[in-house]
Amino acid sequence: MSAKLVQKLDRVVIRFAGDSGDGMQLTGDRFTSQTALLGNDLSTLPNFPAEIRAPQGTLPGVSSFQLHFADHNVLTPGDAPDVLVAMNPAALKANLRDLPRGAAIIVNTDEFTKRNLSKVGYAESPLDDGSLDSYDVHPVALTSIAVEALASFTDLTRKEKERAKNMFALGLLSWLYTRPMDGTEAFLKAKFADKPEILEANLAALRAGFNYGETTEDFAVAYEVAPATMPAGTYRNVTGNVALSLGLVAAAHRAHLPLFLGSYPITPASDILHTLAGLKRYGVATMQAEDEIAGVGAALGASFGGALGVTTTSGPGLALKAETIGLAVSLELPLIVCDIQRGGPSTGLPTKTEQADLLQALFGRNGESPVAVVAPATPADCFDIAVEAVRIATTYRTPVIVLSDGYLANGSEPWRLPVTSELPDIAVEFATEPNAVDDSGRPTFHPYLRDPETLARPWAIPGTPGLEHRVGGIEKADVTGNISYDPDNHDHMTRLRQAKIDGIADTIGVLEVDDPSGDADVLVLGWGSTFGPIAAGVRLARSTGARVAQAHLRHLNPFPANTGEVLRSYQRVIVPEMNLGQLAMLLRAKYLVDIESHTSVRGRPFQAGELADVIATAVASVSDVPLKEAAK
Amino acid sequence: MTIDLGMPSGGPGAPGTAGVPRLADGTALTKKDFTSDQEVRWCPGCGDYAILAAVQGFLPELGLKRENIVFVSGIGCSSRFPYYLDTYGMHSIHGRAPAIATGLAATREDLSVWVVTGDGDALSIGGNHLIHALRRNVNLKILLFNNEIYGLTKGQYSPTSHVGQVTKSTPLGSLDTPFNPVSLALGAEASFVARTMDSDRQHLTSVLRAAAEHRGSALVEIYQNCPIFNDGVFDVLKDRTEAAARILHLTDGEEVGTAETVVVRDDRGSLAVVPRAEADPTRIVRHDVAAADPSAAFALSRLDSPDLGHVPMGIFRNVQRPTYDDSLRDQVASARTGEVTDADIDALLAGRDTWTVGA
Repeated sequence: MSAKLVQKLDRVVIRFAGDSGDGMQLTGDRFTSQTALLGNDLSTLPNFPAEIRAPQGTLPGVSSFQLHFADHNVLTPGDAPDVLVAMNPAALKANLRDLPRGAAIIVNTDEFTKRNLSKVGYAESPLDDGSLDSYDVHPVALTSIAVEALASFTDLTRKEKERAKNMFALGLLSWLYTRPMDGTEAFLKAKFADKPEILEANLAALRAGFNYGETTEDFAVAYEVAPATMPAGTYRNVTGNVALSLGLVAAAHRAHLPLFLGSYPITPASDILHTLAGLKRYGVATMQAEDEIAGVGAALGASFGGALGVTTTSGPGLALKAETIGLAVSLELPLIVCDIQRGGPSTGLPTKTEQADLLQALFGRNGESPVAVVAPATPADCFDIAVEAVRIATTYRTPVIVLSDGYLANGSEPWRLPVTSELPDIAVEFATEPNAVDDSGRPTFHPYLRDPETLARPWAIPGTPGLEHRVGGIEKADVTGNISYDPDNHDHMTRLRQAKIDGIADTIGVLEVDDPSGDADVLVLGWGSTFGPIAAGVRLARSTGARVAQAHLRHLNPFPANTGEVLRSYQRVIVPEMNLGQLAMLLRAKYLVDIESHTSVRGRPFQAGELADVIATAVASVSDVPLKEAAK
Repeated sequence: MTIDLGMPSGGPGAPGTAGVPRLADGTALTKKDFTSDQEVRWCPGCGDYAILAAVQGFLPELGLKRENIVFVSGIGCSSRFPYYLDTYGMHSIHGRAPAIATGLAATREDLSVWVVTGDGDALSIGGNHLIHALRRNVNLKILLFNNEIYGLTKGQYSPTSHVGQVTKSTPLGSLDTPFNPVSLALGAEASFVARTMDSDRQHLTSVLRAAAEHRGSALVEIYQNCPIFNDGVFDVLKDRTEAAARILHLTDGEEVGTAETVVVRDDRGSLAVVPRAEADPTRIVRHDVAAADPSAAFALSRLDSPDLGHVPMGIFRNVQRPTYDDSLRDQVASARTGEVTDADIDALLAGRDTWTVGA
């Protein structure tokens, strides 16, 4: 066995694709974990069908996992894969159009049977008909080699052995990109602790894949991607849903409140319920409610009792929760509502990403019903946004809607661990004493007597003597909270509730603009998960000499105080969104600035190259400096 | 995979108010202490007045600190109830009170949580929350005021209105088969189910007392007169002579019947009301309020008829089983290993796979 050539690369985009039952998500996860431990910066994009097991070998059944890793800062999962691992003809066909010419394709030839080929409409095998000539194709009989490697496992059926083919593929890719496998071995040992035979088979398949790479002549070169330069600290890899869960726990800890989650399962939010359900040790109580309405209702009941009430959902669930969120607006109690957006309307695209619930979050309730709305920019930012949401909710006694989405929820990136004691101090003080005197001079409690600075009302929880009071959804008299149908009072209270939410802007900092040249005429503004693609697009555009500024909104209601000023400082403002222009509409209405909307609702994040083109065109229209060819 | 949860700490045998702070010995509250300063705004003659008076009169008997009692309601005439009680209270939204109260009860062992609802609120728009609260056996006392009509929206038929009932929204008579709230609650395996009436203060109070003592969900159906839109619907049960002939008092261990009639079980297990003189003594039903199997209680609930010919009244079922809120608190408590420190959270955030980048 001769040592093979090792070539250095600065970045790689790999896509693992196979049948839903092939274990592609697990393979991708493990490869990501190995890559993270090696110190590369990375970003991932899982993509799977809504069906748990769509008909085997068909196009709708294809599940994939894309990973972009590099020796430098990574902003997106990558526009186009450098390597496609295709476990069957369907996976090849479904993903081929995303592959640039020259990309490597590793195919599992065992699955390229006449039957599987005809299932996806291949009359002849693309491996034989020359249609893949412009790609670097590596045909590997993954299944049969894996099965052969497990020949000594006489207690396992052929089917069980075949199932280890994803570990064989992982081993092969680990060799190809020089990834250490100890983490995956430890993971398998924990996962199959009580199934020693299955464990040994998986380990054997993994090592066989690695050894295959080393020995086969088909792969002449192995690759290395050096660790990225990242700020000093301790890191882990984290998905948006896990980061959001951890952020809620850490924030509740900092607020000294017990965390209560009322939730109903819905894709792609359920992982938050799963994660929090496993954290009872930290005082977290979770309830899987009978429906979305009960989930938010129980959370609001918990908030009334002095807990941090949280509910998690996706778009259709947010619609069902609307009336209860309106009640929370009226009761002026803290409530965290996490909407992990997916394609809509109605059931829409349950497993695909979109950011089309912005207007629903802002306005999807009856009456004037303002709530705070925040949105994380990246998977790791889901942690910080959770803490911020809890700060706003408890300080201002208001519902806060967190708009994450499927891309952030399931995508992952390295996360520099925060230090708990350095997180914002958001300790909550409940009301304990009467705050007024009644007509006869006796101490009394006015539940709607506001803090002059925040306009928040006191949070007086049951069990506090002397502060017994009633709250409800009927309009309340200012200060006393008694039922009031008085027209002037309603007008006053409506404006007060709005002013309270508007006042949050005083505490959220300004909208920062990244404009290295300092003289850009074009601003690209985004919100939520478009941060990565926009930043990557801006980086590409700048590499061609384009002068372009970038800003990103994490607070959607209220906006940072200087937003209008920022918008008016540029000749052209482009807002890319995965909806039909919802933020653009808000900005136009509020600031009377002629926003240009660039939109796409394809269930997947923007591609950096696409945005770079949009930016280049805009920049060219306002500048006479010619741009270079982009170095994509 | 299933896990044997064992019995929660609060559970069977513990009183409904275990864990709720009590008044110091020698001190007591009065009805006045539970009367808020708000003007009561029900229609003159509404049955809700009598229920309010009974509840205000009964609450001091619990000996609990007033600040640890919470009333949560939905929407409807009955749901204005919390405003008139000087406890903590929430007048929430239509049908959702059981869900909201569940979150409150689950997080606050030290509260006595009551839900006030009506036939429309609990059985129509909020039907789902009601049955799930009952099956979970959350430690809530649910008072369901049943007047067989929508009052606050001015006279449409409700899910307990009778077939053929003419209302504003059913000028040619209601087509819907009504719910029997007691049957429904028993079907949801409620651990405590009772029926009483607004005008019978003594009976109402005795049922409230038993509900409060019960640990778990208690569903109390209260026949309540709406003088505006369905006046007199329970009048035959308020006339002394008629009531004596119609009301089948449920007393644990006693025969179920009136002075003249008695309930007997036939070969197939169905119940019937027959004259005492004709009853086979071996078939006479004795009420067993604690029977584990709800079938007998369910059969009693089916003796109802639209003409109120026979109306079982009292506690249909009172059994002990673990409550959701006690069990949830137990799971959290047994997972805990002491106060959560910053270091614990740091370790949680780090997880198992970390790497370090040097300065």
